[in-house]
Amino acid sequence: MSYPSISRRRVLAGGTAGALAALGGCLEEGGVVGGGNGNGDDGPTIGILEDRSGEFALNGTSKWQSSLLAVEEINENGGVLGEEIEVYDPDPQSDNQRYQELTREAINSEDVDALWAGYSSATREAIRPIINDEEQLYFYTTQYEGGVCDRTTFAMGATARQQLGAVIPYMIEEYGPRIYTIAADYNFGQISGDWVRILAEEHGAEVLDEEYIPLGETDFGSTINNIQGEDPDFIASMLVGDSHTNFYEQRADTGLDIPMASSTTMAQGYEHLRVEPPALEDMYVGVNYMQEIETESSQEFVDSFYEMFPDADYLNQEAQNNYFSVHMWADAVERAGTFDQEEVIAELESGIEVDAPEGTIELDPATHHMTHHMRIGHADENHEVTFDEEQYIEPSFLHEVGCDLTSESEQTQYEPEEFYDAI
Amino acid sequence: MALYELLNLTFQFLDSFAFIVLATVGLAIIFGMMGIINLAHGEFILVGAYATTLSFNLLGVPLVLAMLVGIIATTVYGIILERLIIHRLYGRLLDSMVVTFGISLVMIQLTRIVFGNSLDQIGTPFGGISYGVYSYSAYRIMLAGAAILTLAALYVVFTRTTFGIKARATIQDEETARSMGVDTDRMYLSTFAIGSALAGLTGALYAPTITMSPDLGANFLVEAFVAVVVGGPSVLIGTSLAGGFLGTIDAIFTYVGGTFIGQVALLTAAIFAIRFLPDGITGLLEDIRAKRREAQ
Repeated sequence: MSYPSISRRRVLAGGTAGALAALGGCLEEGGVVGGGNGNGDDGPTIGILEDRSGEFALNGTSKWQSSLLAVEEINENGGVLGEEIEVYDPDPQSDNQRYQELTREAINSEDVDALWAGYSSATREAIRPIINDEEQLYFYTTQYEGGVCDRTTFAMGATARQQLGAVIPYMIEEYGPRIYTIAADYNFGQISGDWVRILAEEHGAEVLDEEYIPLGETDFGSTINNIQGEDPDFIASMLVGDSHTNFYEQRADTGLDIPMASSTTMAQGYEHLRVEPPALEDMYVGVNYMQEIETESSQEFVDSFYEMFPDADYLNQEAQNNYFSVHMWADAVERAGTFDQEEVIAELESGIEVDAPEGTIELDPATHHMTHHMRIGHADENHEVTFDEEQYIEPSFLHEVGCDLTSESEQTQYEPEEFYDAI
Repeated sequence: MALYELLNLTFQFLDSFAFIVLATVGLAIIFGMMGIINLAHGEFILVGAYATTLSFNLLGVPLVLAMLVGIIATTVYGIILERLIIHRLYGRLLDSMVVTFGISLVMIQLTRIVFGNSLDQIGTPFGGISYGVYSYSAYRIMLAGAAILTLAALYVVFTRTTFGIKARATIQDEETARSMGVDTDRMYLSTFAIGSALAGLTGALYAPTITMSPDLGANFLVEAFVAVVVGGPSVLIGTSLAGGFLGTIDAIFTYVGGTFIGQVALLTAAIFAIRFLPDGITGLLEDIRAKRREAQ
């Protein structure tokens, strides 16, 4: 019977290999082996943590792609401060816990000079404590509920006040003052719902009812019945993710033809291309970018994007935000003359302008948010998108609450309910 | 007005009932009859939904035919999987969970790599039924009919045909069945194929109403497992009763408090059912029947 002895030898061999590997790990981390294969020292690295699988893959994939496009453009033009930028870009799989692990990995092992990470607000709030502990320069590029006032965080997307502030007053004017809100049931949806109420009050309109729907819900029969029972002038919809897309299909199917205002639809998950018309008929969405925008800067961006990724599904609003913010960071590093994060933050806070695909926009030093060109995208019964009323809107809410990061260091998120009586 | 609201509630119940029954029935057959916990059940549904959508979009075949393609594709997929992997796992409950979980992960990622993050959706046929200010999707109500038909057909197959009797004999006592000349290996394969076909049917039927993404299977899995546990050992009656019970709870609480409260109520009901009816509804009925027999 030689069987047991073989197995014992195997175990021994395996054990030794494991111990050696562990030892190797120690040495490398301690820097004894180090040298050429050390991680952070051999050139500037940026972290791009964007979802390519899981619930938010649809939104995250083009964010990742356009970041790579920006890096390639920068490297082709000689890099930053004469150095090629490297990218650390594992897939966080729409999983907040994995985001936390990878954020630690990016900061501690990869020593990234700047970090782009996360689609949802839940993700951002899951990793922001780590980012705060490590004082990491961080760009969050999704459109979001607003209110983050954080010394090392730069929010590149439009806020609820910018998006809903563009679309809700327009809808009240066009269709009337009776609003029904449906939104995803987490921090983003809840706070966006609050903004709808604030804007309604500011414009003499009224929110009849609001329904917060868990992420992952697919059956909207009762929601549609509730809306029909109230018969609003328009629906404010802040639904999020793959599953919620079912709502639009079921809306068309039941013949619910009440117009909709949104901050989340079309510009992120390209529902107008995925869902058969006329499911999104009379959908109005407040956006700072969609690939359908026909300005020269926009179409140049679209061309180079699809040249690099011919099989890409869509180039969304957030992808544009990643793209211009990578360029903006590179610009700030050039101006600061160093990759040192403190000095790059100081440079960004000195006021910086970017020629983004959406138009020329500027960073607001006090709040670390962008002033955006906001448009109202409208889908007709064939899902053709047209744009009305371009406005240049500042991130005003954080000014109202007194956030000034150039004079006072903060790491908070302000919520509108603390400052408005409408809620 | 009250009549219309009652209709709302009824339609919501039918919708919910159909969803639970159709999500569950394939899983229940494979689990109840073969002792395999198929954690890849959602991905069987995915195969059905994708095959339906792709054959509709790319080949331009009529929807009913596309659905048939979906069912056949899932059945073939199930048979291949049974021959390659699953047939080694009969009688190994926990191993079957780990293996099918692995299959599920591979399927989701493979679908993503091959087909990307989404497919263009098929529009839902038939439009809506209007009553008063309200309307409801006719297709989704029709699904309740499809669910009942499915249950009835399965009842006939498993109680009224030679195949059904052989299959049940195999599940009850494999040794004896084999000594009586039943090819038990083939019975297992056929039962697994039926379970797969049912998952394919679910995918095909829901393809025109749900978002086509690689993780769509997850939408079905929770309801399916809850219903299997609540239903208990008797597969068909258990599934019907669980669908009725959970559908009622879901419809009423969603009607009263919205989708969030509906989900909370559904899961709370499941916890109570597992705590107080560890053998499910049919287990309880079995107990009552046994006690009555004793009393006589």
